Amino acid sequence: MRRLLHLAALLLLLPAGTAAGRAETLIAAMSSHQIQITSNYTGSQLTVFGQVERDGRSVSRGDPYDLVVTVRGPRRMLLVRQKERLGPIWINAIQRRFPENPVFLLVASSRPIAEMMSPETARRDRIGLVNAERTSQSWYDDSASTTLFRESLVRIMQGKGLYAYEERGVTFLSGALFSAPIDVPATAPTGSYTVDVVLYAGGVPLARQQTNFEVIKTGTEQRLASGAYDWPWLYGLVTVLLALFFGWGASVVFRRD
Amino acid sequence: MQIYLPIAELPISVLMVLGLSGAVGFISGLFGVGGGFLLTPLLIFLDIPPAVAVATVAAQVAGSSMTGVLTYLRRRALDLKLGGVLVSGGIVGTVLGVLFFNAMRRLGQLELVITLSYVTLFSIIGGLMLYDALRAMLRVRAGKPARRRRRGGMHPWWMGLPFRQRFPRSGLYCSVIPIALLAVVIGFIGAVLGVGGGFILVPGLIYFFRIPPAVVVGTSLFQILVTMTGATLLHAVTNQSVDIVLAILLLLGGVIGAQFGGRAARNLNVESFRLLLALLILSVGLRFAIELFLAPSEPFSVVVPESAR
Repeated sequence: MRRLLHLAALLLLLPAGTAAGRAETLIAAMSSHQIQITSNYTGSQLTVFGQVERDGRSVSRGDPYDLVVTVRGPRRMLLVRQKERLGPIWINAIQRRFPENPVFLLVASSRPIAEMMSPETARRDRIGLVNAERTSQSWYDDSASTTLFRESLVRIMQGKGLYAYEERGVTFLSGALFSAPIDVPATAPTGSYTVDVVLYAGGVPLARQQTNFEVIKTGTEQRLASGAYDWPWLYGLVTVLLALFFGWGASVVFRRD
Repeated sequence: MQIYLPIAELPISVLMVLGLSGAVGFISGLFGVGGGFLLTPLLIFLDIPPAVAVATVAAQVAGSSMTGVLTYLRRRALDLKLGGVLVSGGIVGTVLGVLFFNAMRRLGQLELVITLSYVTLFSIIGGLMLYDALRAMLRVRAGKPARRRRRGGMHPWWMGLPFRQRFPRSGLYCSVIPIALLAVVIGFIGAVLGVGGGFILVPGLIYFFRIPPAVVVGTSLFQILVTMTGATLLHAVTNQSVDIVLAILLLLGGVIGAQFGGRAARNLNVESFRLLLALLILSVGLRFAIELFLAPSEPFSVVVPESAR
């Protein structure tokens, strides 16, 4: 069922693509495919850069090129809860699940998305923070409350610095050469990240390209974390002994009598 | 200077954690409580995942109570027999508490239970202690002894229940049942709230069993040492949420702070000591009450369920 819906979405996209001639191709690359977390890690910055290539058949366009870069981090189940008043106290009354939702989301565009395309196109192509994770199911479930919960999710994650929208985050260095910095905060989770680059002109998608990078722990960080998972008894025992040793050490060092 | 925490998965300022754990250590040395009830909410406030905060604080509390236990053992102000009864009751309470914890988590109301218990527990205990401390102060001001003197042979009824035991070091001859019951309750609360329970155990032993305060603090620290050592191991094995780097930082600050707190305690008179502890506990309760009763500026919250991590 889900695959069918994807197919339907693809078919919807197709006429727009053929009408534009599909003459442009997009080349995109990352400055690095790996971020290594060491003990002094405080976040990192990568750059996605690339070029819009035109072949001889390309018609000259009246509209400028627009680019949107969407970075999606590892997916986890997220719960969004809403507090409501119950008598004198406030409690979490309603909760909604967002399964398989990226914990990190960055959208960067060459100019504000609203100037680039219609809201319908943005929704269809999943462009923008709120649209990025519209699943095929939620296409039909656009009730006010779903939208409210999704918008709250985006707002809170923006507050945590895990979601961000840079409306001029993509820079054209020349007519065809572009680059976009990707800020990965230290709180961004480890795992694999996908980077989608989509080229637009006049509100019509012309080409798309996907690349990726990963965030991994290395050195001591990696050894400690895998130790905690692979040998939990040993790890726990070492922690406890360390704690008791510190306690004993303090009583020796500070002993006065 | 920032250091990346391998299990909490975020960088944190070393100086800030040292300062924070030092301050909490000072308070714990001053009052003979573990300090978990202050440290855990503070770490959560610093964006450390709650499961990691609870588990790592357990290790820190184990370390800092070790120092206290050794000190009180040397001064012979530790009742090992009483401690043994408290520990066995505490284990039963902890198991019950973990079962309750998981049941509430399944119902999705764990957060409410924790907030409500913090509010009620801290308001009641803090309020009672404040009332008692103020009354004692007024009596001193009026020229009377701080407390009405205990007449010999007068005992509360629960001390006369069956299975009576002598606890020579505490100067106590009392039924085991109410002591074990108190320990069960504290183990239960500790497991649900992720605190050692010293702040309940210390006043509980003083008010209900009239054990000399000097022995109470040492014995309570012993009980905390055993339960928190077990808790650290359990957390490490069952949910891998103990952050060893954070634990070391907390221990460093905590044990040093506790030494200075312990010294300050000797220069503080008993009545102002009790008044300060009462105010401290009340203010933590108030902090949680605000969250519960005031309209939140952001009614929505996002959580990553622990099982999905």
